[in-house]
Amino acid sequence: MELHNSENKLNIKFKLNNKFVEKKVEPRLLLSDFLRNNCGLTGTHVGCEHGICGACTILFNGNPIRSCLMLAAQVKNSHIVTIEGVANKDEYKDLRQALKKHHALQCGYCTPGFFITIISLLNEKVNYSETDIRKKLSGNICRCTGYTGIILAVSEVIKKRYTKEIS
Amino acid sequence: MNDESKKYIGKNVLRFEDDRLLSGKGVYTSDLNFPDQLHLCFLRSDTAHGKIRSINKDKAEKLKGIYGIFTHEDFKDVPPIKSPSRMKNYYATNQNILCVDKVRYVGEPIAVIVADNRYIAEDAIELVDVEIENLEPVINVKDSIKSNSAILHNEIKSNTILERTFNKGDIQFKRDEKILSVKNNFSMTRKSPVSMETRSYVCNIDKINDALTLYSSSQVPGVIKDALCQFLKIPGNKLNVVAPDVGGGFGGKASLYPEEIITVLLCQKFKRPIKWISDRFEDLMSTSQGFEEIMEVELFFKSSGEFIGLFGNIFGDVGSYSIYPWTAALEPMQVAGFLQGPYKIDNFNVNVKCVVTNKPPTGPYRGVGRPAAVFAIERLIDIASKKLKIDPAKLRLQNMIDKKDFPYKIGSGIVWDKAGFKNCLKSALKIIKYKKFKKINNKNNKNWIGIGIASYGELTGIGSKISVAPGMPLNTGTETGIIEIDATGSISATFGIASHGQGLETTLAQIIAEMLGAKIEDIKINQGNTSFIKHGTGTYASRSAAIAGSVAIKSSKKLKQQIIKIASHIFETNKKNIHVNEGFIFEKNTNKKISFHELARAVYSDMETLPIKLRKPLIALETYDPIFGATTTATHIAVVEIDSETYKIKIRDYVVSEDCGKVINPMIVDGQVHGGVAQGIGAALYEELRYDESGQLQTATLADYLLPTTCEVPNIKIEHIEKFLPDNLGKFKGMGEGGTIGSVAAIANAVSNAISHLNIEITELPISRDKLYNLIKSGAK
Ligand code: FES
Ligand code: FES
Repeated sequence: MELHNSENKLNIKFKLNNKFVEKKVEPRLLLSDFLRNNCGLTGTHVGCEHGICGACTILFNGNPIRSCLMLAAQVKNSHIVTIEGVANKDEYKDLRQALKKHHALQCGYCTPGFFITIISLLNEKVNYSETDIRKKLSGNICRCTGYTGIILAVSEVIKKRYTKEIS
Repeated sequence: MNDESKKYIGKNVLRFEDDRLLSGKGVYTSDLNFPDQLHLCFLRSDTAHGKIRSINKDKAEKLKGIYGIFTHEDFKDVPPIKSPSRMKNYYATNQNILCVDKVRYVGEPIAVIVADNRYIAEDAIELVDVEIENLEPVINVKDSIKSNSAILHNEIKSNTILERTFNKGDIQFKRDEKILSVKNNFSMTRKSPVSMETRSYVCNIDKINDALTLYSSSQVPGVIKDALCQFLKIPGNKLNVVAPDVGGGFGGKASLYPEEIITVLLCQKFKRPIKWISDRFEDLMSTSQGFEEIMEVELFFKSSGEFIGLFGNIFGDVGSYSIYPWTAALEPMQVAGFLQGPYKIDNFNVNVKCVVTNKPPTGPYRGVGRPAAVFAIERLIDIASKKLKIDPAKLRLQNMIDKKDFPYKIGSGIVWDKAGFKNCLKSALKIIKYKKFKKINNKNNKNWIGIGIASYGELTGIGSKISVAPGMPLNTGTETGIIEIDATGSISATFGIASHGQGLETTLAQIIAEMLGAKIEDIKINQGNTSFIKHGTGTYASRSAAIAGSVAIKSSKKLKQQIIKIASHIFETNKKNIHVNEGFIFEKNTNKKISFHELARAVYSDMETLPIKLRKPLIALETYDPIFGATTTATHIAVVEIDSETYKIKIRDYVVSEDCGKVINPMIVDGQVHGGVAQGIGAALYEELRYDESGQLQTATLADYLLPTTCEVPNIKIEHIEKFLPDNLGKFKGMGEGGTIGSVAAIANAVSNAISHLNIEITELPISRDKLYNLIKSGAK
């Protein structure tokens, strides 16, 4: 790998929420800070900056990752999706409604991170049980809800979407 | 026509906050950026107790992007933070915003760096040389009170900064042979509130008017504003404190912090916006902590099981300073205050000592003192029931205060009234199918099953006759609410509270819609901004729904009278014939109707419909003070399963039967219970701020300070008992903290029950897997 002088900014081109973006970044800039401060996308939250809480979860080439554990420079040529990129998508209307109905958020700080983790779970298109869902979501921390509403909402959406009709 | 307005109170109205928060459009303090802003970073002490010998910042100051590095020298005229109290035997500590010559905990701010961004500021920290001479660190309470211990605050001359004894009945208690007792030492370790959003402050300056706006992740913007104005001598109309969306608080954001004061001072100095966002590491070591108590308690009873006395000593480790505005009295005094719980006990004698140590200051954390108190008394009751061979549920019922005993004054002076103590216990027993558990014998099982009960009483929605923290000279009992209708007919309602996840934008709108007869969508709730309302404190101590909810009723009623008066003129009818519902005003006999919008136009815009005397602004401003508090109660029952090989503790079932008076929004109430119980699970099984003997924090990341995840929090069954309504206007009781108050003890009792065949009692929390292992290993010897 080439070594960079930390003074020199790097040029990165990548796709952000389906739009091409080109920016200059300092080599040491965290991806989470970059998205929030340089791209103005403050929906990605920061709760620990050491990879535990999941508040900063985004999609990196389709996979959920923690943006606090990556550098902005690493997104070169990739596709990043943040909460802003999925907020209005019709395909997640059922999820948004279920989260509201089951009171799955209180302060909302963990919510964007959970939302991204959940949609990548939904995209697996598997009829997961409650125990599976609990395991799959255990990398995101919510301090307000005790998770009850989150689990109920996700279980409901998964059931509605992926239960095979028995005729 | 039906006379009633559409009902909203008691309904699961979906939250107005959700759409914005679900789409990443919430605006938290750290999301705010202003042109030209500078960032702060604090250089913190790495020593628990020491004398600052020198600070050399020459190298750091030369770094590009650094605007200044400031120490106490630069803020000489700023007085130390001092938290006054009317309590006897109390000594307020002097907490300088930056250490003067002494450091008193690891993480205490010594210097502040102003830079273009946080990255550069952190570079500069590395280049500042601070020389500290070590003093003997005072880490645990029992050492701190020894006469030869090092003293933290020389001007106080003692590490015990407050002492008080609560007495009732016969203190020279006759301990004759027929009287039995159980005695134990219980302890809780330190916790951090850990709201997912860390503490954050941004101060902006309006140069034209020389006015400041502090955006703060605070639960108490009103308290902060008044304090800042007083400390910094800023006139109230030159400083506004705004709490935008706040990412949880749980008490950690309910105090005044040095960083908050410094953010404002530097904004004044640089005349530029100043931003400080705490990182998690700083947050764990500098946000107020809680729950560290030692409780040496003894319960006396007759062989019939009747309780007769409760004696004890409470040692509260309050950390290095007495926090503003709550004081160090807050937590330890509440332990004693609520120790007796919902039980009849005639003789009470409990001494409390609040002791300073070289750890961060303690402050409110969800439950405040009561999780520890309930842990101690409920554990004692279970131990007593073993001695008496009486079933623990039965022993509780036998001693519980009955409705015929109300009002009942307990040993600490707190008065219980109108609460379903027994109803909650009975209901919880029924839901969990208690009888089923009586036959359990774990001796030969691989998995040990245990059941644990905890009942408690708490005082919520407290009026001005009682301070939230003892002796605190702040009025926390009053709320003001303003409801206005503008020329378009839309409604703004403004309160001094500050929501940080409780959904107050929704619950207050529910109350107003029903009481005023408005459409809920037409109501906008304003809160968390000190420019809206001149006195208001914020959201803490389970008060907002009860007090702000009541003032919402009062203001709505007043405004409705004005609407009816105007409408009766328009319809040329008697006031009695007017009915208001869902944003329309009806004449009952003719079914004529006008909308709020039309009525507002008649008042504000057209000059013909109404005589001048009726064209007054549609506004009602009321204040409300419930004077005393409301008794909230609940019983929690936990069922746990312990794997006898791995010592993994799993919560299999959980029930909460609670009485919070009239429920405004059941979904939101349940959410508060779920979240509270999850925090109690953390406190009972996982969470611990561990300080070593030199005062270093061993659990300074979320990888070490373990929070419950989806796999640790079970489904919770909740039952609401709405039979015992308090005296406040809305008949509401507070319920934001109860989940944490009951769960700690219920789990401790369940774990003890599961290992009862080993004759081991849980007396220290959290009971982590390795602690359980060691306990069993040493007990089995
Ligand atoms: S902020 Fe990235 S995991 Fe917590
Ligand atoms: S809703 Fe507050 S942290 Fe999850």
